[in-house]
Amino acid sequence: MDTANRQLADLHIALVGVPNCGKTALFNRLTGSHQKVANYPGVTVERKEGRFRDRAGRQYRVLDLPGAYSLSPTTLDEAITRDVVLGRVAGETRPDVIVCVADATHMPLSLRLVLEVKRLGHPMVVALNRSDLARKRGFRLDVAKLATALGVPVIETVAIAPSGADALIERLGDFEAREPAPTDAVCDLAPDRAQTEHTQQLVPRILAEAGYREPARTRAAARADAILMHPAAGMLALGTVLFFVFQAVFSWAAYPMDLIEAGVGSFGAWVGRVLPAGALQSLLVDGVIAGVGSVIVFLPQILILFFFILVLEDSGYLPRAAYLLDRLMGGVGLSGRAFIPLLSSFACAIPGIMAARTIPSVRDRIATIMIAPLMTCSARLPVYALLIAAFIPATAIGPFNLQGLVLFALYAAGVLAALAVAWVMKRFLTKRSYHPLLLELPDYQWPDLRSLAVGLWERARIFLKRVGGIILSLMIVLWFLASYPAPPPGATGPAIEYSFAGMIGRALHVIFEPIGFNWQIAVALVPGLAAREVAVSALGTVYAMSATDTALESALLPVISTTWSLGTGLSLLAWYIFAPQCLSTLAVVKRETQSWRYPLIMAGYLFALAYLASFVTWRVTLALTT
Amino acid sequence: MRAAASMLPVPLSALPRGTRAVVSGVLDDTPVIDDALRSTVGQRLIELGFVSGVEVEVIEAMWPLGDPLAVRVRGSTFALRRREASAILVTLTHVPS
Repeated sequence: MDTANRQLADLHIALVGVPNCGKTALFNRLTGSHQKVANYPGVTVERKEGRFRDRAGRQYRVLDLPGAYSLSPTTLDEAITRDVVLGRVAGETRPDVIVCVADATHMPLSLRLVLEVKRLGHPMVVALNRSDLARKRGFRLDVAKLATALGVPVIETVAIAPSGADALIERLGDFEAREPAPTDAVCDLAPDRAQTEHTQQLVPRILAEAGYREPARTRAAARADAILMHPAAGMLALGTVLFFVFQAVFSWAAYPMDLIEAGVGSFGAWVGRVLPAGALQSLLVDGVIAGVGSVIVFLPQILILFFFILVLEDSGYLPRAAYLLDRLMGGVGLSGRAFIPLLSSFACAIPGIMAARTIPSVRDRIATIMIAPLMTCSARLPVYALLIAAFIPATAIGPFNLQGLVLFALYAAGVLAALAVAWVMKRFLTKRSYHPLLLELPDYQWPDLRSLAVGLWERARIFLKRVGGIILSLMIVLWFLASYPAPPPGATGPAIEYSFAGMIGRALHVIFEPIGFNWQIAVALVPGLAAREVAVSALGTVYAMSATDTALESALLPVISTTWSLGTGLSLLAWYIFAPQCLSTLAVVKRETQSWRYPLIMAGYLFALAYLASFVTWRVTLALTT
Repeated sequence: MRAAASMLPVPLSALPRGTRAVVSGVLDDTPVIDDALRSTVGQRLIELGFVSGVEVEVIEAMWPLGDPLAVRVRGSTFALRRREASAILVTLTHVPS
């Protein structure tokens, strides 16, 4: 009776493990979709918490701590893991139980961390993960003997199997929530070489007691590495992979994009028919539907790009690419590790800048963040696509299409500019200090479909939230500015020329005239400062407001190609390679660097480069075409 | 001749691709990774498994200067630059023919 009445308090557990040990998969298995992602206070380390209930109805709060090789940290992430485990983070209760996730395929590395955590004397469980995978490769280990040798419970888990965490959950039920230990009772864990070497001598002894046999490296993995990490073949493979990814982004996305475009178009037409002509109809059709619709068509491309990035990440290939490129990128002062954030930046600079957290050196991290916006993100695609279609003829040059080549050149220009900027920063701005690579090349594995789906859904949600939030509100504001005040009676030009937007455009035109922009572009660049892709919607709205035809897609292209000169089009393309027109990016840089300094420098140097590039493009085109 | 020479510790960075060796120690004066965190390359190399008596294998080395290199130790693979690898002293056990 007593046990039935006893109310078991929530149990607070923390997952600790070396990077790539399957810890996050286990976290996902335990908590499912009940997750909350935030930052630890004051630092840019991601805090992932989730919750679940066991069959008895007891609630568990789970913290997925950043992967750490050791409690003697070399990175911010590792420092957070140490501090949470020690109960040193303000506002963070010390976990009741530490679940130390050991990877059966990398036993010695995992076990050293287990021994280090065990020295803290805190309640803990070892989750022996991936033993299914390891057994296929000849792994042998007596779990009971390991538990005896360690003096802590060891539970096997298979994070990727539906009930693979049940035994762990059952074992956790035996623990009781405790009063949080006072933080001053905690030992200091300064790096101590003698201690570390001593622990490393214990590892083989404990493994021998448990009858451990190391899993063999599979023939397939060895063969894959022989090709993918070969100096020549590996580079060729990397080039092929990247080419395939970008090819897929453009060709696979074409069909869903057409569908969305057609859907938005007919929806706009339907609203136009249903609503009486007037301010509301104009707001919805010209402002909201035309504006939001022209951005939402890029959802398929963004999802396809992120699909490949997530697959490459999960498969274990990306660190190998970082290995291949380390020397090359070192030439301009970047670490090979910068490859992963920079690749993500082709989809969107925001996740790219956030991924720069994995770079341990502050200097390398800042350099990577500063050049991330030069990678051509998917938000530039609508602008590039529109301008290329308007100004570049689709003539064939050998096996290539001129339009495709121009697009490739725009991407290449961004990458080359990024390398140049990184080199300048290394040469003139930052003090040279050395940072090691020390990058683990994890085993290859098939991507887990479940986490792939979760990752893609997360991306889609962020994008749609952005469209629904910032872009939608900007479109409404722009529509208002473009509609009022109404033109005076007897006016001959389009209404927009008399509106606030027209006035702003003419005022800004002074700045933009030397680089060949007309006042419509100047107007569109104002909301386009908030987000690049908005400029296309804004141009759509500006021209839609000047014309009677509300079918945007069919209207904007011919209008531009007939009323703009070639120089204007090329100049705007050059502008878009550089211009930092994304408030979210600047806000993320502010958050990630914890200062206004870097976002301001970033905005300054990118605008300067944009203006310069446009000026040169405009002048050269003018000289060549007249 | 070779047997005698292979008994002397050499830096891991001197090994060509495909060589196996046994770690004899990690140098003390390694670069500092992070001043605030008081971490050094040597400490981290030991944590990753480069301790005396452990066998290592250079499985790849990047052109043109063999930098970085990929090293297998205790069933894990790590990419190290020559500079880190030169802090690890090894004695040769197997030289590819």
